[in-house]
Amino acid sequence: MRPTALLFLLLLWFSLFVAFAVLITLLVTIFLTGQNKLSWNLITNFPSADPEEAGARPAILGSVWAIGTTAVLTLPLGIAAAVHLEEFADRKRWFNKFVELNVQNLAAVPSIVYGLLALAFLSMLGVTNKNIVIGGALALTLLILPVIIIATREAIRAVPREIRDGSLALGATPWQTTWRQVLPASVPGIATGSILALSRALGEAAPLLVLGALVYITFDPNGLLSGYTTLPIQIFNWTGRPQEGFHELAGATSILLLAVLILMNALAIFIRNKFQKRW
Amino acid sequence: MTTVSERTGGPATGRAPAPSASFAGRRRPGEFLIKLGLRVAAGITVITTVGILIALLIPSLSFFAEVPVLEFLFGTRWAPRFADASFGVLPLVTATLWTTVIALLVAVPFGLGAAILLAEYAKPRVRKILKPLLEILAGIPTVVYGFFALQFVQGTVLRDWLQLPTGAFSVLAAGLVMGVMIIPTIASIAEDAMSAVPSALRQGSAALGANRMQTTLRVVFPAALSGIVAAVVLGISRAVGETMIVAIAAGSQAQMVSNPLEQGQTMTGFIANAALGDSRVGSLEYNTLFAVGLLLFLITLLINFISIRFVRRFREAY
Repeated sequence: MRPTALLFLLLLWFSLFVAFAVLITLLVTIFLTGQNKLSWNLITNFPSADPEEAGARPAILGSVWAIGTTAVLTLPLGIAAAVHLEEFADRKRWFNKFVELNVQNLAAVPSIVYGLLALAFLSMLGVTNKNIVIGGALALTLLILPVIIIATREAIRAVPREIRDGSLALGATPWQTTWRQVLPASVPGIATGSILALSRALGEAAPLLVLGALVYITFDPNGLLSGYTTLPIQIFNWTGRPQEGFHELAGATSILLLAVLILMNALAIFIRNKFQKRW
Repeated sequence: MTTVSERTGGPATGRAPAPSASFAGRRRPGEFLIKLGLRVAAGITVITTVGILIALLIPSLSFFAEVPVLEFLFGTRWAPRFADASFGVLPLVTATLWTTVIALLVAVPFGLGAAILLAEYAKPRVRKILKPLLEILAGIPTVVYGFFALQFVQGTVLRDWLQLPTGAFSVLAAGLVMGVMIIPTIASIAEDAMSAVPSALRQGSAALGANRMQTTLRVVFPAALSGIVAAVVLGISRAVGETMIVAIAAGSQAQMVSNPLEQGQTMTGFIANAALGDSRVGSLEYNTLFAVGLLLFLITLLINFISIRFVRRFREAY
């Protein structure tokens, strides 16, 4: 191999190496910082002014509430919109073209803008305390809706034409074809995309910060109108404190959050590899 | 007398003719409702955009009633909470520019390098392992990146190891870590673009005596240019809109940033920080949030439209 070509190849490997080196450094740093505080206290205790006693219990429950509500809101909406665009929409009509372009654009809107949108919406309704589960879930829903729509459309598009034609030829109506043939066949793709989108929502902090989720919560969130905080917000909170003990807590909570995210991603990859059909 | 039609069993005269077969099917009001529901769901995405515009515009209009637009856009002092308040947004813009440029200096070369390696050099088996590993970087929450930027990059690397004259925060640390965060975004889209270039072009290039590097740089790269530009532009819009890393590691003091080792507050950093203080709906503080948000939204929208136009104009179809 010529020396320039060899140098080029080395540079390519170097760029990948840099990415992985930072990834490993990040994981090791987080682990070393947080390992001392990885205990049951982290899961069972409420936040406290004393880093030895503090835990992330309300943040864990808050994350569960916020992401659960987001999933309930966003899945039907996103899948329905994708089905419309992919199966029923006449692509030549301006409305559908506009929706397509719009979904692309929404996917690139900064997440914090969705926080401002939810803030303005709640203010308009006259809600004074904006740190409620349903408010955060609303912001997260609108944030990941484009992601779910794009993933679902790809899954639906992968179902071959012949399956629809066969169903229609046997006398099924277009909706029966969609509901009984196309959607079941695209469930693995939709599930994979949805899990990845929800894991993004789980790690997101900016829109919830705008809605005021950075609060001292010493109770378990227990409903859609309950106050809450989430794991990323709790990490942000502890990162900003001066005492070393809180930084350790931030590290430990980060390990917890990363573990959940890796589990969700592994589940998505498992579903994709195990159930996705190739036609 | 008998006619031909009667003998062959044609329609008997005197009775009403059978209706011609219709394939339209029954009317199905239930299905009509379902389709309407689907259309409404798709319409919600449009309502979201309109909602964002209205939500940002109305408070911004009240803001600009009190602060002149030109003073906002070209003022060099940002102090909305001070007694002698000043609303020049340029300090926030310079900090955003610094973090974005630093992030791109990291993400573009390394992201494209990784993309070329994966698309042109790696064997399928190797790519199948490396690609998901690279995508782990995209899945790490930004708040964890922020923690890493503040504790390790700023505190340990820049200050302790390199002994650089910097405080607790810097736009450099935030930008560097943000760059690493964007590497997989750029790598993945650029790789798709290069993989879509037909292999006939590579074979033709090789047949003319070009080695793999020459083929990659002079044939594949130009052919995939529109996709590569789209990847870089998406990287820019993610860097401009990224909040948590800059809120944690870039600092919260709004000032004209002239040196990457200084701290600075970005547009997103300001929104995140200002939201922490409880500002009354309709107050100038509250409206300021939305004015900065509007500017941020318009910048990312503009970047996005440039990207879409560019991709359409330079797309090579094979």
